Amino acid sequence: MTGIYIHVPFCAKKCPYCDFFSKNYTADNEMRFVRAIVRDIENFPERITSDTIYFGGGTPSLLKAESISLMLEALKNKFDIISPEVTMEVNPSTVYRNKLELYRQAGINRLSFGVQSANDDELKLLGRLHNYEKAAAAVNEAYSCGFNNISCDIMTGLPAQTTQKLGHTIDMISDLPVTHISSYILKAEPGTPFYNEEFINTLPDDDYSAELYLFMVNKLEQKGFMQYEISNLSKKGYESRHNLKYWHCEEYIGFGPSAHSYHKGKRYFLPDSIEDFFKAPMSYKITDDAAGGYDERIMLGLRLKEGIALDDYPEKAHIISERSEKFIKAGLMTKQNNRLSLTPKGFLVSNSIISDLIL
Amino acid sequence: MANENIRNFCIIAHIDHGKSTLADRILEKTYTVAERDMEEQLLDNMDIERERGITIKARAVRLTYKAEDGKEYIFNLIDTPGHVDFNYEVSRSLAACEGAILVVDASQGIEAQTLANTYLAIEHDLEVVPVVNKIDLPSADPERVCEEIESVIGIPAMDAPKISAKAGINIEQVLEKIVTDIPSPSGDPEKPLKALIFDSYYDAYKGVIIYVRVKEGTVKTGDRIKLMATGAEFDVVEAGYMDADSHINRGSLTAGEVGYISASIKSIGDTQVGDTVTLSERPCDEALPGYRKVNPMVYSGIYPADGAKYGDLRDALEKLQLNDAALSFEPETSAALGFGFRCGFLGLLHMEIIQERLEREYNLDLITTAPSVIYKVTLASGETLMIDNPTNFPDPGTIESAEEPVVNAEILAPSDFVGSIMELCQERRGTFNDMKYLDESRVALHYQLPLNEIVYDFFDALKSRTRGYASFDYEMKGYVPSKLVKLDILLNGDIVDALSFIVHADGAYSRGRKMVEKLKENIPRQLFEVPIQAAIGGKIIARETVKALRKDVLAKCYGGDITRKKKLLEKQKEGKKRMRQLGTVTVPQEAFMSVLKLDE
Repeated sequence: MTGIYIHVPFCAKKCPYCDFFSKNYTADNEMRFVRAIVRDIENFPERITSDTIYFGGGTPSLLKAESISLMLEALKNKFDIISPEVTMEVNPSTVYRNKLELYRQAGINRLSFGVQSANDDELKLLGRLHNYEKAAAAVNEAYSCGFNNISCDIMTGLPAQTTQKLGHTIDMISDLPVTHISSYILKAEPGTPFYNEEFINTLPDDDYSAELYLFMVNKLEQKGFMQYEISNLSKKGYESRHNLKYWHCEEYIGFGPSAHSYHKGKRYFLPDSIEDFFKAPMSYKITDDAAGGYDERIMLGLRLKEGIALDDYPEKAHIISERSEKFIKAGLMTKQNNRLSLTPKGFLVSNSIISDLIL
Repeated sequence: MANENIRNFCIIAHIDHGKSTLADRILEKTYTVAERDMEEQLLDNMDIERERGITIKARAVRLTYKAEDGKEYIFNLIDTPGHVDFNYEVSRSLAACEGAILVVDASQGIEAQTLANTYLAIEHDLEVVPVVNKIDLPSADPERVCEEIESVIGIPAMDAPKISAKAGINIEQVLEKIVTDIPSPSGDPEKPLKALIFDSYYDAYKGVIIYVRVKEGTVKTGDRIKLMATGAEFDVVEAGYMDADSHINRGSLTAGEVGYISASIKSIGDTQVGDTVTLSERPCDEALPGYRKVNPMVYSGIYPADGAKYGDLRDALEKLQLNDAALSFEPETSAALGFGFRCGFLGLLHMEIIQERLEREYNLDLITTAPSVIYKVTLASGETLMIDNPTNFPDPGTIESAEEPVVNAEILAPSDFVGSIMELCQERRGTFNDMKYLDESRVALHYQLPLNEIVYDFFDALKSRTRGYASFDYEMKGYVPSKLVKLDILLNGDIVDALSFIVHADGAYSRGRKMVEKLKENIPRQLFEVPIQAAIGGKIIARETVKALRKDVLAKCYGGDITRKKKLLEKQKEGKKRMRQLGTVTVPQEAFMSVLKLDE
């Protein structure tokens, strides 16, 4: 089944590390945005079947529950939506009990909180508007409103981060009613305020950054969050169904400026222009019109803990097996039941390994 | 044309004192080149020359000038190279002239290279005409510079033209000085032909074209000429002179003139610079003095970075050789680098220029191995080997004795620098021969130096220690016994043949240490730890380790932008393709190059 992604391109304040597309929020823009999304859904040339809907951003939780309802209604009218996982990314500083209840009534059943850290000095450095107390309160509130599938982001590789500080974050967050953790290593992306030499020099070096990552995976697994992808861990049965579609090379369609799609063998995206998006349906830009090949599936599959089944790639199995031997010997990969997968140490150098194996 | 109207001269100047600009002005003033056609620095017509500001190969051009005395004069301007690698070519160019214009920067005064070439010119009995350039600069002090010329070189300079070549000020004064101060050439057109080859190049249509200065006699179209050193004979097809951009075939050249001869010569190897051209029917008694065969002094392996470009590299070397008799090459194979060529050069600068021309003019990506001289090794069996490639250095157990080439070096410098020059020569294993005072403030130091100590960066080190005032020349002396060892570099336990080199035993340890340090800086971290070792005959003398790569991951999913991820990985793979795979170790091109410049 096809995944559906809706990009909500608004933020109250742009975080200095983020390179996703977003603009300032206004109530007027919200209205025009919802209208344009509904327009594009209605114009979609096909009736697809879907079981995951994902509101990402930007900051989707800036939108009123009413807006979410309108978009979900449009999706239900246009497509066959079957017992969906409906995720919304939430900025902890934007929600309160009443709003969370309304989101739930609108049909959201999974929340992904951008908590990032339990240390307020780190939150400040990341330019977040919340402190940890506020974030924890928002997560608890959501739980008490009936959300029982809650993800939190944890960021590693922060300036001056130690295993002790990271350990504190993990302890605090795993005490919350949380079923899923997404964890990213901070990277200064070109075009963001963090992309300057002075800041980059404050980041931990690759060796320490690797140590923090391994520490985090290990500690979270002890707390019952099992790693299922390079950057994702969850309680059993709470893997993100939507994100798994990316790694399983399944189809997804995206709505909203800068949203990406993979549909009928093509990968494409919409330009990141809000005004154009409001005015009229935009033309897609195709990045790959022959996507989904072996190489791509192996590249994506190896991001998952389950790895790849060699039997799925009869033409490549021999060379991949042969090339992976050295990685297995070095403890970067494992091979079981004719499946190849990366170990946490292997995930850390997955670019080198994957490019060696497939391209 | 009577010889009284001919002036043959060259221009001597420090690298940025305005030689080429003055040459351009002279061409412009004599209407050899219309102003609108002027391309900056017209005489240097290779891109590299223009960028490096050096003249690699001599050029000559003929100009006509109507002087204030109402008569018309023929000027032959001969351009000269300016680096010690090409010292011999400089001396042959000077031998074609009666005079030299000495260009000195009005604010900087006399510099080392100028001094060296000026003495070379005086040695060849040239009339030196000083000119003070860049008088339009705020810091210019022409009077002081004139005094300096008088005291340092010992020639009158108070009436030297004070000019700005850039701004075109007082250029006429220079032209008049050429007429009044530089003697006209002597020589008898009726005597047997005696002409000096001072340059040659390969023309795709006409074959080799030789540039000559006719000292005696006459050469005409249809004459059968003989090149005295090589003995080769040819029939003259064209004889004439060069204006700024073309050859004017006048049918003959006579004593005193400078010009070109084309004679369907196929190989530039037949036309050695410094050789004497005569007529085969009526030869002259003896050749002009000063000829010496130019032999490669330095060898290095040149490999295409992409093995598939081997054929392209061979074609490019063949083409370059047509124009450069001093370049030699033959195929060789390296376990690390694949198929390539062992190339011979006059010196390090020559080597760099060839590399740069290969890369630029032929669009090749190259890997070069450390330069080596030719060592002589006698085996216990009595067999003697000449080793120009460190890989072929025999097992130490089988060596009876080893010898290395040495040169007699002459260093001219102001006496203030004697201490630091001696220190440098000692560091480079030099043996002091003698020191002579040329005058109160200048000395000539004579050293015997191992060639392998000077091929690297000796001239650069000398210049930096003497603030550029020293000049340096050397000639091969022969071979002397030496304690030589082969230093091997091992990556992950395997010897990399392309990184081996021969070194004096005393310097082996520090060399080995520097090599492994440099390689560590230039070999990126990989998935596995990479030990880098230096070894002599199996004994490890230095070690560094490139730690295993710990982090190389794209953590986020870029909002479903899978194509971007894929492209990043493909880019990474592309980058790796440009590197050399030695066993399990990936070595970038820069790592091979980095060990060539250990002192930086």
